[in-house]
Amino acid sequence: MRYLPLTPSDRQAMLGVIGAKSIDDLFADVPAEAQLDGQIHGLPNHASEMAVERHFSNLARQNMTASHTPFFLGAGAYKHHVPASVDHIIQRGEFLTAYTPYQPEIAQGTLQMLFEFQTQVARLFGCDVANASMYDGSTACWEAIGMAGRITKRSKAVLSSGLHPHYVSVAKTMAQYTGDTLDTALPELSSATDSARLLGAIDDQTSCVVVQYPDILGRIEDVSAIAAKAHEHGALLIAVVTEPVALGAIKAPGEMGADIVVGEGQSLGVGLQFGGPYVGLFACKEKFVRQMPGRLCGETVDAEGKRGFVLTLSTREQHIRREKATSNICTNSGLCALAFSIHLTLLGEKGLRGLAELNHGLAVQAADRLSQIAGVEVVNDTFFNEFTLKLPKEARPVVRALADRRVLGGVSLGRLYPDVDALANGLVVAVTEAATMEDVETFAAALQEVLA
Amino acid sequence: MSTINQSGWKPEMGSAGETGPATYTGNKALMLEEALIFEIGTTGTTGVDLADAPKVTPRLGNLARHRDIGLPGLSEPETVRHYTRLSRQNYAIDLGFFPLGSCTMKHNPRLNEKVARMEGFADVHPLQPVETVQGALAVINELAVWLIKLTGMHGVAMTPKAGAHGELCGILAIKAALEARGDPRSVILVPESAHGTNPATAAFAGYAVENIPATSEGRVDLAALEARLGPDVAGVMITNPNTCGLFERDMKAISDAVHAAGGYVYCDGANFNAIVGRVRPGDLGIDAMHINLHKTFSTPHGGGGPGSGPVVLSEALSPYGPLPFTERHADGHYTLVEEETANERHPHSFGRMTAFHGQMGMFTRALSYIMSHGADGLRQVAEDAVLNANYILRSLEDVLDAPFAHSGPCMHEALFSDNGMAEGFSTLDIAKGLIDEGYHPMTVYFPLVVHGAMLIEPTETESKATLDQFIGAMRSVVQRAKAGDPMLKSAPHHAPRRRLDETQAARKPVLIWREPEQAVAAE
Repeated sequence: MRYLPLTPSDRQAMLGVIGAKSIDDLFADVPAEAQLDGQIHGLPNHASEMAVERHFSNLARQNMTASHTPFFLGAGAYKHHVPASVDHIIQRGEFLTAYTPYQPEIAQGTLQMLFEFQTQVARLFGCDVANASMYDGSTACWEAIGMAGRITKRSKAVLSSGLHPHYVSVAKTMAQYTGDTLDTALPELSSATDSARLLGAIDDQTSCVVVQYPDILGRIEDVSAIAAKAHEHGALLIAVVTEPVALGAIKAPGEMGADIVVGEGQSLGVGLQFGGPYVGLFACKEKFVRQMPGRLCGETVDAEGKRGFVLTLSTREQHIRREKATSNICTNSGLCALAFSIHLTLLGEKGLRGLAELNHGLAVQAADRLSQIAGVEVVNDTFFNEFTLKLPKEARPVVRALADRRVLGGVSLGRLYPDVDALANGLVVAVTEAATMEDVETFAAALQEVLA
Repeated sequence: MSTINQSGWKPEMGSAGETGPATYTGNKALMLEEALIFEIGTTGTTGVDLADAPKVTPRLGNLARHRDIGLPGLSEPETVRHYTRLSRQNYAIDLGFFPLGSCTMKHNPRLNEKVARMEGFADVHPLQPVETVQGALAVINELAVWLIKLTGMHGVAMTPKAGAHGELCGILAIKAALEARGDPRSVILVPESAHGTNPATAAFAGYAVENIPATSEGRVDLAALEARLGPDVAGVMITNPNTCGLFERDMKAISDAVHAAGGYVYCDGANFNAIVGRVRPGDLGIDAMHINLHKTFSTPHGGGGPGSGPVVLSEALSPYGPLPFTERHADGHYTLVEEETANERHPHSFGRMTAFHGQMGMFTRALSYIMSHGADGLRQVAEDAVLNANYILRSLEDVLDAPFAHSGPCMHEALFSDNGMAEGFSTLDIAKGLIDEGYHPMTVYFPLVVHGAMLIEPTETESKATLDQFIGAMRSVVQRAKAGDPMLKSAPHHAPRRRLDETQAARKPVLIWREPEQAVAAE
């Protein structure tokens, strides 16, 4: 077996040193009735590298990939071009096969990268500080709700109807057990968000208001008034960004008064990967740093006075604080954070702005083109690279019919909000730099055919 | 005796503190200093070429960004060099022995990287119509079947994103099951030697956490546990093999007692590597156990993640597991059970834990690893992991205090204390001395039940020659700690950095980079 270096004679020699007759002696603490007397039945034996590769090739071929079809899905995961050097760097063994940097003298590479990542995220979100990553956007969102509860010592969270429904589901799961109350609503298929509802719901029991920016239908709205009202009542504003590329074109949530900004970093460097691993982004105002979940990297000096980095403020964390920790998170999403950081370093301010302008330009053109189809309306007044179409019939079968024509034509609201009739005709369409105008034409032609 | 890596510093080679003449750059040949991107990049530099954006009337409302973000860019060659230089300041399993106890730092086969990057897995969207992702769902399902069979359990929740997320999944399933029978309980029992995530998880789910004491043999005190069980105890969280590296001999009796008292048994499966293929947790009465794919099944740790923590569930808890999950139909096609069909297919689910389907990129890697080993190889994995750990235990117990070695063999990791060192010398010094010897230190100061704990987990992917050299180095460092060698007290001497001031980092946290003038102004 190619990954096991011990030879039979090594094993014999080692048993001799140990003073054991056989390997079974080393499992003597396992009660006999709990030990299997041989290998588990019904499972195959070891396989060659070639056989394993062939198996996966066969399965991979059964999937329709984003690169080989006109592709317009978003709703929390976006197809962006990732420069080749990103994947090259994250496959360097020194990054790929390192552990959490518990021994900082021999982990400065990871630590410096995390310090750079934290700074990039904080700047992108318009916040003072950011952590070293969470699992993904949805778990970062519920961690933020929990953090707001700790800060305000209140338990009512008001969630915008524009928040991704899966993020709402995750928050609902957790709220069942934490005793938090979530004030939620379904979105309407219209250009108007529910900011009036949010403003009305904020009171002196409110811990936080959660808004997504751009929201699930792609709408973008100034959240300053919600921030002001929340602050007036001692509540926090949490902004959720599922498409960080948007922040190359639009104001950062922190600029508009958000206290905690969380996000999904998948768009930069990570790739679609059928939903994971992704990278949760988590930033906030400096005064809340000791209530943050997750790892934080900080600058310090070594015994010779040289600058270096360490994991810090770990008295918030489970390995020190145990049941009093701010979160149970341990392993986070380090390698995806590295991919995010490298991609953002390659882009820089200039590249991110250019990429955002390109996404927006293509999305505007696509929206204009698709709205020419009879019966198809663009719901949004505002959007970045994602907008919602109102179709003349139920969108979900349309998406399947488009897939039959080898077009991946967006995410139906019926998939995201099953059994909500008022949303059934909605189709969320994302257009990134990976889409060409030819793809848009193919999509438009297929959509016209399916709707006819 | 192997001759690999025999050229490291030895006492007879003179003072380790001798560093040679200073250099103009601060570099020392291959040891290269690297500035931050904020110090070397500019906001006007980019390493990508983009198409021109079409001229359109923006639809951004009044939200167009005017303020600079402050993101420095680097050209592609500078980017590659920056990160390559950083990478060389990291220790990694590819470079050498990494015996970090409880973390299972085994070799990460590159085949797994290759299959995970196949377009059919890497380039598919989680919300594509299920008809277009049958191969991806097949991977999830095949891995699920392996995990169920290897553990002898009834079902598996694949979506948890890491071990701690898996713990939460298991505890929420327990809570949901208790609530469903109208018997909400308030306490979770956790041994003192548990990972910190266990009590943190239980507390998050709203439980009071109480410690169970250990016996002098380093195992759960069954009598004390039984005495504490009662109608308020929702369950126990037991790590098995435990964090002292020992198998909980009484596991079945513990499970039976907990079940008799109406509670459930959660097993922290972080140490499954020691028993995979030889023992099935399902046979020990366990109701829920997470499996760290990034430990037992070798998905890379990536400097702190991503992990993946599927949770195997007993028949009693399976109905409460999270959404979504895959279903295989008789005709071989796959569907997803999501909120839409939950009422009919999975009505008691406690809900969704994450936006999508879990860590697909880790599933492909883990399945590739599992298939490569097969049922025969996985059993060999456990046996070699345990053999390597016992070899280290017996080769060091004459120079290091091994508090539980008298009670029999260890499992996959060997635990030592720092008793017997010279005044002022402790585990930390031994760890830093090992860094100079070219090793990643073992886990230190965990578990908390042993003074100055040193937890050494070699894993099965290390050769005897590697272990022999490590044992020699460890003996040498321990002798220096016993002799009170001042050079050890100031180790490491050869790492990219000397000991770092963690107190200063925590007292005045500097968590992001600021322009120097801003930094001064902030003080």
